[in-house]
Amino acid sequence: MAWKAIDRVNAPTEESPSLSEPLKEKIRGFFDRYPTKRAVLIPALHMIQDDHGYVGWKAMEEVAELLEITPSDVFDTVSFYSHFWTHPKGEKVVMACRSISCDLLGADRVLDECKKVLGIGDHETTPDGKYSLMTEECLAACDHGPCLMINEKMHKCVDPANVRKILEDDANDKLDIPRSNLYDGANRTSA
Amino acid sequence: MSEYEKVLLKNVGKPNSRQLATYVEGGGYSGAKRALEQTPDDVIDVVKRANLRGRGGAGFPAGVKWSFLPKDREVTYLCVNADESEPPTFSNRVLMEEDPHQLLEGILIAGYATQATVAYLYMRAEFTEQYHIMQVALDEAYNAGYFGKNIQGSGYNLECYIHRGAGAYVCGEETGLIESLEGKRGWPRIKPPFPAIQGAFGKPTVVNNVETLANLPHIINRGADWFLGIGPEGSSGPKLFCISGAVKKPGCYEGAMDFSVRELIESDRFGGGMRNGLKVKAVMPGGISMGILTADELDMKMDFSDPAKYGLLGLGTASAIVIDDRTDIRKVLRNVARFFAHESCGQCTQCREGTSWMYKMTNRVERGLGRLQDIELLGEIPAKMGMMPGLSICGLSDGAAFAIRTIVEKFRSELEDYVRSENDDAVRIALEIAN
Repeated sequence: MAWKAIDRVNAPTEESPSLSEPLKEKIRGFFDRYPTKRAVLIPALHMIQDDHGYVGWKAMEEVAELLEITPSDVFDTVSFYSHFWTHPKGEKVVMACRSISCDLLGADRVLDECKKVLGIGDHETTPDGKYSLMTEECLAACDHGPCLMINEKMHKCVDPANVRKILEDDANDKLDIPRSNLYDGANRTSA
Repeated sequence: MSEYEKVLLKNVGKPNSRQLATYVEGGGYSGAKRALEQTPDDVIDVVKRANLRGRGGAGFPAGVKWSFLPKDREVTYLCVNADESEPPTFSNRVLMEEDPHQLLEGILIAGYATQATVAYLYMRAEFTEQYHIMQVALDEAYNAGYFGKNIQGSGYNLECYIHRGAGAYVCGEETGLIESLEGKRGWPRIKPPFPAIQGAFGKPTVVNNVETLANLPHIINRGADWFLGIGPEGSSGPKLFCISGAVKKPGCYEGAMDFSVRELIESDRFGGGMRNGLKVKAVMPGGISMGILTADELDMKMDFSDPAKYGLLGLGTASAIVIDDRTDIRKVLRNVARFFAHESCGQCTQCREGTSWMYKMTNRVERGLGRLQDIELLGEIPAKMGMMPGLSICGLSDGAAFAIRTIVEKFRSELEDYVRSENDDAVRIALEIAN
């Protein structure tokens, strides 16, 4: 993603959550993996987003302090990657692939159906805070297009007619595979 | 099309193929054990002799890359590139999903050969299921003594960590990957210095693709001559091919690099022919950055040298998207232009602006508001933005240029026909908007 302009006049003013002690401890647990503290930033941002649902201004300031870098360094990184949200997102993020293979197999119809069923546009969140919608570049499952990813779960060969059924299923983001207990960053630790 | 015993995908479909016990039962980790008994230079020599060319896209020989490391280095980092983002590539996903230990064994061998102390497996954020699979496999491998201190009693230490990205195509470029690993935005670096001299954290670093490393256990076990015996000279060894689009059996297949695009589509071993009696209109045989082939150019061989004869950038990731005759070429053009405009990192002006201009124009053309000079410009901009070596920091602009230039050159008359036939409509729509 290229440069992203932020609206400083209308920047969110509400209080964003700060880092809890267990979360800080978890971030510190990554220090011995890398020779510099800054390298822990991206894993830390993943952990913060899994915990808070997004990366708020306060969390950015606190993680900067923890990693001994400036808040602007943190924002520099956050703003580059499309998977970090700087404002609250929905409980589940629906990611619709729009790259060439999925596109030729009808990804636009799947996306339109998602917009219709959820009643929101790209990068928007439903009023009940349950779903956010975003488009994605290639999800690396081109043999099974069109693809839809809901949080961790990939839905392959999605028929636009089935989108409603998928989105109404409560377990549509459940991924039932063995996990390591070394890093549970993918599981929410609170909320 | 030669036949040989499959190696890279041999565990696909086996029950419990992700577990260490299944992998070891099938002869797994014997290559790593054999490598640990040799000196690192011996391992590098075998890989060099086998002429294992990088599978990530550039095709640079892995053994040669390793030998660029300075002799008197103290620390070496190994980065494994699993940031597979090139549409329509998914071979790394299959390798990690079905046979994670094959990759881990490859990491151990490459780590030993380069005397790396830490290996970072850089996985894109979209690989969620694959991340859990790899982490579980890595825990198993640690417990069995294949990673950590004094591996298998050899005295060699290697730590391996998984580092997850956060959604950026450009982090698949090796220096972009290194920047991202360091916690910065994934902006590719100006080279030189090359990563082998000054890479991650300023130390000598090797970046290898997942599929390249998956080949290593087999090279060590079976020898360089076995590897050289598969496929034509200069493109030897087993290779994974992905095929998607309007074919009967889209998927990831293993083969030697000795067949044509036509065979990839038609053969029952691969694509199985076109779906619903459709005809081939075009194929992008190496991922979208490499460029496009028309239906008359399907005799191109899927090896490292042939694509250049057809005006393509290279073999790339050997992942073909087959476009059928019902598809509007404007849709393909617009999709490709949008991808590069979205993924350009914004460092180099000609790439940042060029990809966005091209997206605007292709958008216009697709909506039926195109002008003939748009087609003219779409042919001209790519020639100015990435074709001169050293003009851009990384290869993204070359990829964008080849993709768009080849589509415009090879389908020019079709695009112009669309523009001409819709010019009247365009005038009408413009008038409607104006009124």
